Amino acid sequence: MLSCAPAAAPHAPLRWGGDAEGGAPFVEADPADPSKVRGFDVEIAQMIGKGLHRDALFVQVAWASIEASVERGDFSIGMSGVEDRPQLRARHAVSIPYFEFREVLAVRFADSARYRTLADLSGRRVATLGGTGAYQMLLDLQPHAGPIPISYDDDVHPYSDLVSGRVDAVLLDNIIADRSLRRAGGFYIQPVPVATGHYVAVLAAADTALRDSVNAILRARMRDGSLEKVFRSWHVWEAGQAEHFARVLADSGGVHPAGAAASVRSVRSYLPALLRAAGITLLLSCLAMLLAVTVGIAVAAGRVYGSPLLRAPLAVYVEIIRGTPVLLQLFVLYYGLSGFIRLPAFVAAVFGLGLNYAAYESEIYRAALQAIPRSQLEAGRTLGLSEAQILRLVRGPQALRLALAPMTNDFVALLKDSSLVSVITVVELTKQTAIYATNVGSWVVPGLLCSAIYLAMSLPLSRLARRLEKKWRAV
Amino acid sequence: MTQALDVRDVHASRGPHQVLRGVTIDVAPGEICALMGTSGAGKTTMLRAIAALGPFDSGSIVVDGFTLHPGQVPPESKLRVLRRSVGMVFQSQSLFEHLTVMENVTLALVHALGWTRERAETEALALLTTLGVAHRVGSYPRQLSGGEAQRVAIARALAPDPTLLLLDEPTSALDPARRGSLGEVLRALAAEGHALLISTHDVDFAEAYADRVAVLAKGVVVEEGSPRDILSDSMHADVRALLRSPSAEPPQ
Repeated sequence: MLSCAPAAAPHAPLRWGGDAEGGAPFVEADPADPSKVRGFDVEIAQMIGKGLHRDALFVQVAWASIEASVERGDFSIGMSGVEDRPQLRARHAVSIPYFEFREVLAVRFADSARYRTLADLSGRRVATLGGTGAYQMLLDLQPHAGPIPISYDDDVHPYSDLVSGRVDAVLLDNIIADRSLRRAGGFYIQPVPVATGHYVAVLAAADTALRDSVNAILRARMRDGSLEKVFRSWHVWEAGQAEHFARVLADSGGVHPAGAAASVRSVRSYLPALLRAAGITLLLSCLAMLLAVTVGIAVAAGRVYGSPLLRAPLAVYVEIIRGTPVLLQLFVLYYGLSGFIRLPAFVAAVFGLGLNYAAYESEIYRAALQAIPRSQLEAGRTLGLSEAQILRLVRGPQALRLALAPMTNDFVALLKDSSLVSVITVVELTKQTAIYATNVGSWVVPGLLCSAIYLAMSLPLSRLARRLEKKWRAV
Repeated sequence: MTQALDVRDVHASRGPHQVLRGVTIDVAPGEICALMGTSGAGKTTMLRAIAALGPFDSGSIVVDGFTLHPGQVPPESKLRVLRRSVGMVFQSQSLFEHLTVMENVTLALVHALGWTRERAETEALALLTTLGVAHRVGSYPRQLSGGEAQRVAIARALAPDPTLLLLDEPTSALDPARRGSLGEVLRALAAEGHALLISTHDVDFAEAYADRVAVLAKGVVVEEGSPRDILSDSMHADVRALLRSPSAEPPQ
C-alpha cells in the first residue's frame, strides 16, 4: 500500500459513481465520518483505483441514474449494486460480474407456507425496486397471471409495507432482504431463490480499454483472495460465491455474449404501458382536482363567511399546506400515518395531491368571492334570497368565472405534479417513462414520447378553458 | 290610514359624519314620492336604511306594518317579511351578470318564494312585456342598453309584487325620451297600488311624474309638498339653486 501511494500521485483520480442512499453493505455514509463512504463497493472501487495507480474519488449519484451518468462522463465507473442484464450490456461497457446474488422472496410469517414461489403469488401485490431486474421479471410475468408488480424508489419501504400488509411479498436481492431482516425483521425469507443475478461495474460504451483493465484487476483480486476478504468483512460471502468466482476465472474471454443478442425494445412495445400510465396520471389528476375544488370551495366559504373560530384553523391549514413540500406531505400521508390508517397508494396519492391543491384553490376562490361587487349581494338580499342562496346562485357562479383561469393553471400544474406520487409506489406517466428510459438506456425517445403525452393531456384542457372564458366574457 | 312607508325622525351617520339628522317621510299606496337633493344630501343613505341594507342610529322606519329598529341591520332570517314588502332598483341596476334577463327576473320567484319555474316565467314574461323588454328575455345584462337594463331591473324588483318600490336615481343613465317612457311606467305601477319612493336630482322628471316631492338638504327634509308648489314657485331659493345647478353638486 505504501509502495502504491507515490505512484498514484501523478495520475488524475479515478472518479467512480454510486448511491450512498442505497446504504450498507454496498455504499453508505461512514457513521464515523459522514463525509466519507464505506461498503464493499467502496472497497472494490479503491481496489481498482490502486490497481490503476489512481486515487478512487467517490461521486454521489441517484441509483437509477448511474448508467446515464456514466455515459455522460460524470465519472468513469458506476458501482453500487448495479445488476448485470442484457440491456445494460447492449448500451454500456460492463465489467465481469464480481458478485453473485440471489433474488429472494420475502413474505409475512403467516404466509411462509402459502407463498413459496412467484407462481403462488398470482394476482397478489409483490413489491420491488423500480428499474431492477426483479421489477422487469415481475413485469414480464404479469400478463401471464403473474403477481402485480409494485415499484418503490427505495429498498426500506417495500419491507415495512410487507409487514403492515400493503403488499404480500417483496422480491429483491438477498443482500437487501437480509439487511432489512436484521434492521426491522417481522418477515420471512424463502430459502429457495427465485433467480440469481450479478453485480457489475458499468462504464461508458466507448471505454472498453478501461473496462479491460478493470476486469484484469478484478480477476487478480478473485485469484489472490482479497475480493473474498472484502465480501467476508461485510458478511455477504457465501459458499456459492467461490463457485461463481471459479466460473468467471474459467471464462477466459471475460465478456458475456449476452450484449449482442439483447435488442432494444421498440417504441411500439412500450407505448401501451406509457398510455396506461398516462391514464393513471389523468385519473389521478382529475380525482385530485375534484377533491381540491370541493375542499377548496368549502375552505374559501368558511374563511369568507365563517366565524373567527372557524376562520383561524382554516387559515392555519392553508398556511401549513402551502408552506411545506408536497413530497413531504405524501410521505407523511402514506408512510407516516400507516400506523393509524393504511391507505392504498392510489388513494393516498389522490388525498395527498388533492388536499395540497385544495389550499391553493381555496385562496383563488377566496379572492374571487371577495372580488364580487357588494351591490350584487345587496341586490340578492333585497330580492329576499338567503345568504346561502346568494352564495350558491349569485356570488359563487360569478366567482367561478373569475377563478377559471387560475384554476386551469393549477390543473395543468397538478397534472405534472402528479409525477411526485411515484415515491409512494404509484407508477404514473413519468415513472413509467423513467423505467422505459432505464431499459432502453436513453432518455431521448422516452422523453419525447412522455412530453407529447403530457401535452396531449394539458393542451386540450387549456383550450377548453380559453373557450369557456371567451364565452363568459362575450355575454 | 296605513302608509306603505312611514319614516319618523331617522338619524344616521357614516363614521363621524352625520348623514341624516331627523328625516320624516311617508308614502301612501298608489303614490309616487320624489326624494330630492344634491349628491351627498343623504338620499341613498335613506333608501338603504329603508331597504335594511344600511344601519340607522335613531328614529323608526315602518314598511307595510314591519318595523325596523335603530342599530345594526338584523340578519336576513329576521327580515323575511320586510323583503317581501320592499323592492329596490339600484342606481347601477346591479343585474346579475351571469344570468339572462329571464333568469334575473325569475330568480327570487323560484328561490325565495318557491314558485315553479313555469309559473315564474309566465309572470316574468308578463312583466317584461308591460315594461317593453320582452324581446330581451334571452339576453345577458351586458348586452342591454341603459334603458333596457333599467326596465329589467324594475321588472326584477317588481316580480315578487312588493308594496313599496325604491328607485335610486333611475333617470341618471337615460336620455330625455327614455326618461319620459320610464315616467309612464312608474305612473302605471302607482296606479296598480304600489307605493314608489324615488331618489332623484332630476327636477324635470320629478315635476312631471311625482305626486309629492320631499327635498333633503344637509340631512333633513327642508321642503315637502306637491311638485308645483316646491319646484315652480321657488319657495326656497337655496334649494332651487341647488336643484337647478347642472352638475347638481352642492356649492362650497
